[in-house]
Amino acid sequence: MREIIVLAEHRRNEIRDITFEMLTKGRQLTETINAELVAVILGKNIRDKAETLANYADKVLVIDDDRFEFFNSDIYQQALSTIIRERKPFLTMIGHTSYGLELAPSLAVSLNIPLVTDCLELEFSNGNLIATRQMYGGKMYSKVNVKKSESYIVTIRQGIVTPIEGKARGEIIELPPPVIEPVKKKFIEYVLPTVGEVDISSADILVAVGRGIKDQANIPLAEELAKTIGGVVACSRPIVDKGWLPSDRQVGSSGKTVKPKLYLALGISGAFQHIIGMKNSQLIIAINKDPNAPIFNVAHYGVVEDLFKIIPILIEKIKEVRKKT
Amino acid sequence: MEIIVCVKHVPEVAEVELRIDKSGRDIDRSGLVYDINEWDDYAVEEAIRIKEKFGGNVTVVTIGDENSDSTLRKCLAKGADKAIRITDKRINSSDPFIVAKVLSETLKKISFDLILTGVQSSDDGYAMVGPALAELLGIPHVTMAKKIEIKDNSIIVNRELEGGLGEVVEIEMPALITVQTGINEPRYVSIMGIKKAMKKEIRILSIDDLGLNEEEVGVDNSWLQIMEMYIPPVERRAEFIKGNPEEVASKIVEIIKSRGLI
Ligand SMILES: Cc1cc2nc3c(=O)[nH]c(=O)nc-3n(C[C@H](O)[C@H](O)[C@H](O)COP(=O)(O)OP(=O)(O)OC[C@H]3O[C@@H](n4cnc5c(N)ncnc54)[C@H](O)[C@@H]3O)c2cc1C
Ligand SMILES: Nc1ncnc2c1ncn2[C@@H]1O[C@H](COP(=O)(O)O)[C@@H](O)[C@H]1O
Repeated sequence: MREIIVLAEHRRNEIRDITFEMLTKGRQLTETINAELVAVILGKNIRDKAETLANYADKVLVIDDDRFEFFNSDIYQQALSTIIRERKPFLTMIGHTSYGLELAPSLAVSLNIPLVTDCLELEFSNGNLIATRQMYGGKMYSKVNVKKSESYIVTIRQGIVTPIEGKARGEIIELPPPVIEPVKKKFIEYVLPTVGEVDISSADILVAVGRGIKDQANIPLAEELAKTIGGVVACSRPIVDKGWLPSDRQVGSSGKTVKPKLYLALGISGAFQHIIGMKNSQLIIAINKDPNAPIFNVAHYGVVEDLFKIIPILIEKIKEVRKKT
Repeated sequence: MEIIVCVKHVPEVAEVELRIDKSGRDIDRSGLVYDINEWDDYAVEEAIRIKEKFGGNVTVVTIGDENSDSTLRKCLAKGADKAIRITDKRINSSDPFIVAKVLSETLKKISFDLILTGVQSSDDGYAMVGPALAELLGIPHVTMAKKIEIKDNSIIVNRELEGGLGEVVEIEMPALITVQTGINEPRYVSIMGIKKAMKKEIRILSIDDLGLNEEEVGVDNSWLQIMEMYIPPVERRAEFIKGNPEEVASKIVEIIKSRGLI
């Protein structure tokens, strides 16, 4: 039977969410094209994780080996190449994550199997793979036809699929330790996030600023609004990149995930790496000059306006309300 | 140190209303302003800083049309030493595999210790060209670098993972590194720099110069083909608050008050 392989992603003794998202997506696909779902997990002391994966996949291929203790794309690539060459899966799914981005392109090139990255949706028609992707920071969507092949590799965007509880009782298959040629890359250590004074993930109200705030000199304006409303200032990535706010204020895939009661997004376009960190906020109000900014697809309320025209008035009005009560 | 930086000339779209063109497979590019891909700007800065510390040369390379010269000139003005533009209508430059292939054939003919690319291009967002290029050249790579430290024969790289976590890896040279935003603070172009850049030459190459043929770099050998482009479908379209700033602010206050937030 044809196979769809999902590469399980795990780090620091935890299976990462993207794995369950891919297994859920992979399961849907096996139903449309009549294939088996095969999870592959490489690591050290991961037998318990293989058991978890067996709830989702028809087969779980396990390599439990010291050499996989830490993720190293060079070592993963060698082991995975062998598996893909032998099993010839119809599709191999990898997360569009820091691990997947490091691994998938070189794996695909070395195997000469076409790859499409950062997929939101996959369809098959007559053995052709068609992927849905975003372009231009989420302002456009595209349908991409992948070169006809016996085997495809894709990377899947995080947070797109809602994972469902697995009901499978997959067979766990231990693979023998593979031959790994010496590699030119070595893992040294993890660097833990810096802990600041403010924890944005526990705040009820976040005033989040993006590149639309234009200048460092305008950050105090956001701070004043936050102070008036009883919240904390958070931000998108470029604000941290420029050094205008410390990194613990960043919301998004490489920053924090937040779920405040109110998320006020000021001058943030809504790139997926940002949205993934705030979309579950209870109330999202976005102010942006651009009516087509993707942030309006997740916001509950939107204002198409120059934020500098709104914020000062908003601060005054909130002050008035506070005075009355 | 001989350092190569791959740069892409891309349209700035953050504040622009994009439209689809007649083919239905691309955006309408008329009137768009182009600049260096944001990630590549950080990569160029990093390369120049390494050169300033260790000596050597920085060469910027792009695949694009003659308009890409403004991006190359900007890099030269900042301190890059040489520029190469590969321009050929036969190249399907919208395919990341073809781009990596053409770049690899170009770089095979040049000596280098380090190649830098951006993590991703802001228009296509494949995040694929860097590591694919490394594989084609047979050199190791690290993606999403937040810090690069050059040692004798190796490089120590801090790479970004998710949720604020990072990892330190060591990689042997020659190597390819994809650069993440925030790694440095890209410099502005100085008048002096612009003057100097005018004197520097941009080398222009075609696929014939690279020993490639049309079939190898055209649609037939491409991995991806865009069938259709469209404006995003609406998930949960916001309810828009209309009116003058005064009215809008009042409405916002009303909403947050009704939720008991103030
Ligand atoms: C691997 C990786 C990880 C990443 N991780 C994160 C992350 O964790 N968090 C994150 O945020 N990003 C992350 N990014 C970056 C992300 O892709 C975007 O580049 C970023 O989110 C854009 O930030 P922005 O919306 O502030 O800026 P832009 O996209 O430049 O948007 C600015 C917006 O402000 C609006 N604007 C301008 N002026 C005004 C005004 N006066 N009034 C009102 N509106 C105005 C514009 O219309 C525009 O929509 C990551 C990228 C990569 C590749
Ligand atoms: N046409 C191009 N010319 C030169 N370099 C490119 C080109 N396209 C992409 N790159 C490089 O590859 C990186 C990743 O691009 P992508 O894989 O398209 O997201 C960019 O940041 C550039 O460094």
